[in-house]
Amino acid sequence: MKKLLNIYNALIGIFLYAPIFVIVFFSFNSGTSRSSFEGFSLQWYAELLEDDLILRSLYYSVVIAVLSALIATVIGTLAAIGINSLKGWKKSAYLAVNNIPVVNPDIVTAISMMILFVFVLGLFNSMEMGFGTLLIAHITFNIPYVVLSVLPKLRGMDQNIYYAALDLGCPPMKSFIKVVIPQIMPGIVSGLIMAFTLSLDDFVISYFNSGATFQTLPITIYSMTKKPYSLKLNALSTILFAVVLVLMLAVNLKKPQKAQKKA
Amino acid sequence: MENKTHIIDLKNISVSFDGEKILENLNLSIKDGEFITFLGPSGCGKTTTLRVIAGFLQPDSGDVIFENKNINGVPSHKRQVNTIFQRYALFPHLSVAENIAFGLKVKKMPKAKIDEKVQEMLKLVNLKGFDNRMIDSLSGGQQQRVAIARALAVEPKVLLLDEPLGALDLKLRKDMQVELKKIQQSLGITFIYVTHDQEEALSMSDTIVVMDDGKIQQIGSPTDVYNEPLNAFVADFIGESNIVDGIMKEDKVVEFSGHVFDCLDTGFGKNEEVDVVVRPEDVDVVSPENGMLTGVVTSVTFKGVHYEIIVDIGGFLWMIQSTDIQYVGDRIGLQIDPDAIHIMKKSEYSGTFGDFSSYSDEFDELSDVNAGVSREDEEDE
Amino acid sequence: MSKGVSVGNKKANLFPFSSWMVVFVLIPIALVVYYAFTGVDGFTFSNLKWVYTYRSTLWLSLELAFISTVICLVLAYPIAYSMSRASARIQRNATLIIMLPMWMNFLVRTYAWMTLLEDTGLINSALRAIFGMDFPGLHLINNHGAIILGMVYNYLPYMILPLYTAMTKIGDSLIEAARDLGASGAQVLGKVIMPMSVPGVISGITMVFIPSISTFIISKILGGGKDFLIGDLIEDYFLGSSGVVNYNIGAALSLVIMVLILIATFIMNHFDKDASTSGGGSVI
Repeated sequence: MKKLLNIYNALIGIFLYAPIFVIVFFSFNSGTSRSSFEGFSLQWYAELLEDDLILRSLYYSVVIAVLSALIATVIGTLAAIGINSLKGWKKSAYLAVNNIPVVNPDIVTAISMMILFVFVLGLFNSMEMGFGTLLIAHITFNIPYVVLSVLPKLRGMDQNIYYAALDLGCPPMKSFIKVVIPQIMPGIVSGLIMAFTLSLDDFVISYFNSGATFQTLPITIYSMTKKPYSLKLNALSTILFAVVLVLMLAVNLKKPQKAQKKA
Repeated sequence: MENKTHIIDLKNISVSFDGEKILENLNLSIKDGEFITFLGPSGCGKTTTLRVIAGFLQPDSGDVIFENKNINGVPSHKRQVNTIFQRYALFPHLSVAENIAFGLKVKKMPKAKIDEKVQEMLKLVNLKGFDNRMIDSLSGGQQQRVAIARALAVEPKVLLLDEPLGALDLKLRKDMQVELKKIQQSLGITFIYVTHDQEEALSMSDTIVVMDDGKIQQIGSPTDVYNEPLNAFVADFIGESNIVDGIMKEDKVVEFSGHVFDCLDTGFGKNEEVDVVVRPEDVDVVSPENGMLTGVVTSVTFKGVHYEIIVDIGGFLWMIQSTDIQYVGDRIGLQIDPDAIHIMKKSEYSGTFGDFSSYSDEFDELSDVNAGVSREDEEDE
Repeated sequence: MSKGVSVGNKKANLFPFSSWMVVFVLIPIALVVYYAFTGVDGFTFSNLKWVYTYRSTLWLSLELAFISTVICLVLAYPIAYSMSRASARIQRNATLIIMLPMWMNFLVRTYAWMTLLEDTGLINSALRAIFGMDFPGLHLINNHGAIILGMVYNYLPYMILPLYTAMTKIGDSLIEAARDLGASGAQVLGKVIMPMSVPGVISGITMVFIPSISTFIISKILGGGKDFLIGDLIEDYFLGSSGVVNYNIGAALSLVIMVLILIATFIMNHFDKDASTSGGGSVI
C-alpha cells in the first residue's frame, strides 16, 4: 500500500515537473523550435541579455513588487492590529471586505479596478494608465494577504505583553515597537514575502491595468508569446527558476539549524 | 487624616461593557503595606477592578485615588503600580535578564545600576544564574519568578497580582504562596491579589474582599469572612457550610430545622427570617437520644484528617466533619453549640444553595468551559 | 482574552485600510454592478440578455472548472495524506517541491505543455519512437481535455496545500485512538481522516474552482482558441481583442461570475459549519 502511494506521488512529481524540464531543456536549443531539439547552445541566454524590453520589464516588475509589497505591508499590518482589537459584527465586516480581493477571481478584481481607472482618468485628458494605476492595483490585491498573515500572530500573542510593557513604564508607541512588533514580526515578514511574490507573478490584474507604456515581465512574456514563440523566454524562465531554487534551498537548509540552536 | 494610611481609594467605580454591568458603584480603601485579596468566582469583576487600578481600563464613572491624588487621567505607564499578569506576559523575544531590565531601561537608568538591580532581583526570586536563559526554556514556576522580579525591579508602591499562581500545579502553588507572602513582608509594599481560590486567599491575605456580580459582598480579615460571613454567598464561597433557613425568636435564640437553639447573635427583629450558617467542623456527633437534631447517615468519605459525613435531617442534607467513623444507614444525633451558629440577614443569595454547600473550584472551572469563556472576555477588556 | 490589544488609536490604525478598500475594492465593485445594469439609454436589463445568449459559454466554463476541481481533489488527496503522515523533513521538502513550479511564469509553463501535447510534440514523438508507428487519431491538444489538463496542472498545488494543512492538524494520537477502538485502516480513513479534512477540502475546492472558472489564457493556448470561456469573453469586452469593446456586457458577465462564486461560497460555508462542529477548523 505504502509502495503504491510512493509510486503515485512520484508520478504526480513527474507531472508537475515535466513542463519545467521541457522549458529548461529547450532553453539550450541551438535551433529556434520549441519542440525539436537541434543541439546545445547558449545563444538564447546571450540574446536575452541584450533584450532591452525584457530587462526593462524585469526591472519594472521588481520595482512594482518592492513598492507595492512595502506599502501593502504597512497598511495591512496597521489594519490587522485594528481589526484584532475589534469585536462582533464590526470585525466580521472588516474581514469580509478584506476577503473580497482574495475570493473574487483575478479577472473580476482586474476589470473592476480598470473601470474605476478609466472613469477617473477620463476626467483628466492627459493621463493614462501606467505606473500609478499598476502600483495601486498591486497594493490593493496585496493588502488582504498581509492582513491574513499578521492576524493569526496577533491572535496567538499573549495580549497582556503590551500591557506589561505599559505597566513597566513604557509609553504606548514605544511599547508597541519594542514588544508587539517583535512578536508579530514573522507574520509581517511572511506577509511581505507573499505580497512581493504575488506582485512579481501577477499577470491578470497587471494585464488590465498597466496601459501600453509600462509593462511588467509577465505582460512582456504574454506579448512575446503572441508573436512567434522565442526560446529567450525559456532562458529567462530557467534563470529565474534557478534563482528561486537556490534561495529556497538556502532558506530550507538554514531553518533546521536555527531550530536546533533554540532547543 | 484617616486617609493618610490609605494608598488607594476607589470611589463609586462603575464599569460596563456592551450594556452589561461589570462593576457597580464599587467603593474600597486599601491600606498602605497590606496584602489585600479580591476573591470571587470568574466574572465577578475582580480582574476588572485590578485593571482599573493599573490604568488599563477607564471606568465609566468614579474616581481612582492614589496617595490622596486623583489619578483618573494618568495613563498606565505613568502609574506607580505594577502588575503580575495571568500567564505572566513575559516578553518571549527577550532573555530573563532583559525582561527584568525592561522597566529600568525605559527609565534610562545607567547600565551598571541596571545590572546590579537585575542581580538583586534574580537573588530575591531565587533565579541566580538564569540571566541569559530565554523565556520559553523556563518552567512555569521559573517564569512566574521572572514575572515577579520584572515587576518588583521598578520598585512599585503597589503590586497587582492577577491570579498569578493559577497556571502552576498544586505543590508549586503552595510553595509560591509562602514565598510571595515572604517577599511582601520583606519589601513592605502593598500587594493587591486576585484569585478565585478561597484557600489561597485565606492563607495569604491581611484583608479579603469577597466579590460577586460586580459588587463587594464583604470586606474583612480572613477570620472575619470565614467566621462571620455577611450573607449566604460569602458563607458558601468560603469554606464548606450548611446554610439553612431559620427564624430569630429573640436575641440569642434561633429556631431552625424544627429545633430552638441558643446562639450568640443579637440585633435581629423578633421572628425575623434569617439564614443560619453552621460549619461542618463545628457540629458534634452524639447518640440520637442526646442530639438536638437527629438524622440518617447517607454517605461517609474518609478525608485523612477526618471523615466527611452526610446526614439527612428532615430531607435537608447536612455535611459534618468528624474524627469518629459513622456508618451509612445509622441514625445519629447532632449537637450544635451556641458559638457554632452564625446568623445572617436574608439576602438575594438566600435559598440559592440547597443542602450542604461547598464552593468547588473544579465546578467553577468546568462551568468556565461553557459559560466562563465569554464572561472571562468581558472581564478582560 | 479574545479581545485584542488596542494599540494606539483603533481608528487611526484602520483608517488607511478602510479608505483604501472603499476606494479600490468597494467602489470598483459598485461600478461593475452599475455598468452591468446600464447602457447608452440608462438603466437596462439588456446586458443580462446578452449574458443569456452566452449561456453555452457559461455552461462550458462551469463544466470545465467543475471537472478540473474534481480531478484536482482526487489527485491531491493521496499526496496530501502521505505528506501529512511523513517526517517533518520530508514534509518540508515535499511542500517545497510542490510550490517550486509555481515560481515559473505560468504562461511559459503552459506553453511547455503545448510542446508536450502538440501533434508533433514530445509525447506523440515518444509514442512514435516506442511503437514505431503514427497515431494519427491521437490529438492531445486543442480540445477540452487539454484545457482541463492545463487547469489541473496550474491549480493542483492550491488543492494539495490546504488539504495537507488540514490533515497535519489530525494528530497521530487521534488515529491511534481510532485504531485502539478497533477501527480498520479503511475505517480510520472514512471515519476520522476524511471528516476531519473537510475544511481543507473546502478551501482547496474554492482555491481551484475560482481561478478555473475565470481563466482566459489556458483556453487560448491549449484549447486552440476555438473554445471561448467566460474569462475570454470578459477580456474581449474590456480590451477589445476581437474588435468590440463593451464595458456593460463585460461587467454583466463579471457580475454573473461574482454571483456564482458567492453562491458557491455560501454553500461551501454551510458544509464548513457542519464540519467545524465536529472538530475541524477553517484552514484559510
